[in-house]
Amino acid sequence: MSAIILFMAVIAVIVGWWLSQQRLTAKPWLEEGPISDFPGTGAMTLPAAKIGLGVFLAVAGSLFALFISAYSMRMNMVDWRAMPVPSLLWFNTGVLVLSSVALQWAHVAARRDDMDGVIIGLLAGGLSAVVFLVGQLLAWQQLRVSGYFVASNPANSFFYLITAAHGLHLMGGLLALGRTTAKVWRGAKMVQVRLSVELCAIYWHFLLLVWLVLLGLLTGWTDDFVDICRQLLK
Amino acid sequence: MVDVPYDATTEIPPAEVAEVELYHPTSWWTRYVFSQDAKVIAIQYSLTASAIGLVALVLSWLMRLQLGFPGTFSFIDANQYLQFITMHGMIMVIYLLTALFLGGFGNYLIPLMVGARDMVFPYVNMLSYWVYLLAVVVLASTFFVPGGPTGAGWTLYPPQAILSGTPGQDWGIVLMLSSLILFIIGFTMGGLNYVVTVLQARTRGMTLMRLPLTVWGIFTATIMALLAFPALFVASVMMLFDRLLGTSFFMPALVEMGQQMKYGGGSPILFQHLFWFFGHPEVYIVALPAFGIVSDLISTHARKNIFGYRMMVWAIVAIGALSFIVWAHHMYVSGMHPHFGFFFATTTLIIAIPTAIKVYNWVLTLWRGDIHLTVPMLFALGFIITFVNGGLTGLFLGNVVVDVPLSDTMFVVAHFHMVMGVAPIMVVLGAIYHWYPKVTGRMLNDALGKFHFWVTFLGAYLIFFPMHYLGLLGVPRRYHDIGEVAFVPPSAHTLNAFITVVALTVGFAQMVFLFNLVWSLFKGRHSGGNPWRATTLEWQTPETPPGHGNWGKELPVVYRWAYDYSVPGAKEDFIPQNQPPATRALQGAAP
Repeated sequence: MSAIILFMAVIAVIVGWWLSQQRLTAKPWLEEGPISDFPGTGAMTLPAAKIGLGVFLAVAGSLFALFISAYSMRMNMVDWRAMPVPSLLWFNTGVLVLSSVALQWAHVAARRDDMDGVIIGLLAGGLSAVVFLVGQLLAWQQLRVSGYFVASNPANSFFYLITAAHGLHLMGGLLALGRTTAKVWRGAKMVQVRLSVELCAIYWHFLLLVWLVLLGLLTGWTDDFVDICRQLLK
Repeated sequence: MVDVPYDATTEIPPAEVAEVELYHPTSWWTRYVFSQDAKVIAIQYSLTASAIGLVALVLSWLMRLQLGFPGTFSFIDANQYLQFITMHGMIMVIYLLTALFLGGFGNYLIPLMVGARDMVFPYVNMLSYWVYLLAVVVLASTFFVPGGPTGAGWTLYPPQAILSGTPGQDWGIVLMLSSLILFIIGFTMGGLNYVVTVLQARTRGMTLMRLPLTVWGIFTATIMALLAFPALFVASVMMLFDRLLGTSFFMPALVEMGQQMKYGGGSPILFQHLFWFFGHPEVYIVALPAFGIVSDLISTHARKNIFGYRMMVWAIVAIGALSFIVWAHHMYVSGMHPHFGFFFATTTLIIAIPTAIKVYNWVLTLWRGDIHLTVPMLFALGFIITFVNGGLTGLFLGNVVVDVPLSDTMFVVAHFHMVMGVAPIMVVLGAIYHWYPKVTGRMLNDALGKFHFWVTFLGAYLIFFPMHYLGLLGVPRRYHDIGEVAFVPPSAHTLNAFITVVALTVGFAQMVFLFNLVWSLFKGRHSGGNPWRATTLEWQTPETPPGHGNWGKELPVVYRWAYDYSVPGAKEDFIPQNQPPATRALQGAAP
């Protein structure tokens, strides 16, 4: 459970830092008057959707941290047999990086009021995300053909489960991206889509980050890192 | 969670919300059924939760009938008994208490108490309710599928949960896990709303330290739930894989009926870790809203400011954080390393400190207050007593050496029913008596309310106090029939019959309460806008019940904290949060 504890600790630090800005030591029973007497303690001025996405990323992060926790607990049992990772995953990873870059491009274009750039970025991002998903399905197919079924070994089960969870999150993102693209297509003004584009980009970067961590875990690259951490803890 | 630098122009949100921003229902359907108004969603949540809660209540009667008079009721066999305890536990903890506190009270009170027009994502909020309803329907449908609901116990421990010896192995467990997954998806949608509304939609002047403790409790509990429910989600998905796809996440190699099963290599302990990583915070997800609400009830009905507001806030935050590192105290008998037991016993005892601070502060709020023994106040007092009681037995069970012999006995049942069954329900009932006038514009009948309180309160003690004694004798929980065993004296059987009679009586009192709810809706005394003369914003709405958009043309502006009761020199014994200071000279008191 160390992964989830670590994740919770990070969340706790962020929440603690934020709370420390909120005058939690104030004595409200003595402080009568309008808010202008107490600067910086009002409601957040960020758009609700952006805060909402931030909170959602914490929830999704917790979900993946728990998957990772379960995976590493199982991995530490004596009978663990790792599974070969199809090399297709490296190609997929590259595609997902491209997807993230494209959406960042769209985000930057949106800031510069460059509608053509936004359209290109959104389409390229969406398309490469679809290619990534197809690539993941092909990787599953390759594994099945070579006899690595979902139930034949714990490592296989985790592989399918974790990639499926990540893929589903990306598909949810594609829904939002599709809606944004449709809005742009129908000729929405830049002010109406700028926020949506930015949120899509943030979500894509998050999923890319999660994927890199998962990839490291599935390929066993993080094992060394975990070992070092364990040594340090001892 | 990004800090916003102070800027005089952006810091104050506009007082008037442009008309286009507020969603407006256009038909009866969108007004009352597919409504996006948090108040309607709150009532939908509350009614659904209460309905499924009544099912769980009836299940508890059936269980008590079997325990009190074993062998008398031939229609309750051992399998059904297991199904009853499973469904009773799961419904009460998740589908009733969590949904009612967060989906019901959260939806109704957060926008009103922080001075917002509605939740920030009304559409997602509506979706949240309908997914919750679907989860409840899927859960209830297990009573009618072949094999019936699962009988795995509310903890659903593998491997037994998906083996053929456990009732409901065919459909029950699959639907139960699916229902949980749906519930979590629905809750996440609602939870995002509650958190972001508190963060972003507070009205001008409503600093965090001016929030009523009810909002603090619900806010913190929602954050905890958002982070903890994924653990149950992961566990449910993995067990569903085990059951449907034949994977072995939780299933070790097993021989069943002489046959080697296809499973092998899974870890049942892994499930326990995941389950309790959700399960322990869940206790506080239910308790923190109760803590918050009871603080407001006590302060209002004792006409006194809450004692130690800052400490109350800090304690809520501390409990929220600590509750994530105590989960394995539910697993002392799972064979884990003794050092872990030591660690988790220590954290468990530490969490008693902020909790005790809260109890002291409630008692000190009452001290020399102008206590009105209204029905909400009676329930609040009942909560404090019950919670202290259940908390003390928690100290017993938190210690490994004491827990091991008491594990899986009636002592545990008595403990958790006191601390997270009866105590939060006391708050739910008190809160309903308190806010019913705001929701309906009418008061609940006082005489019926007092009858309801005394029967429920005394009854709960008569039920659960003797149960501790049964547990000390070693009477195990989850047994359909303990039969004739040497360590259980005949008096234990008499006691069991007594508990059953009281339980049925308490159940009857709840019917009186339901009658009161319906009767008062039509015949209750008109309450006016602020019958309890309370300070918080929800009592200051221009209309009662609050209209669509909650406030009139302008949002309220907050000038003070939520507990200005019996202020020396003030004209009345309460000053609403949105009442401006009389003169600026009073400001001199600020440090």
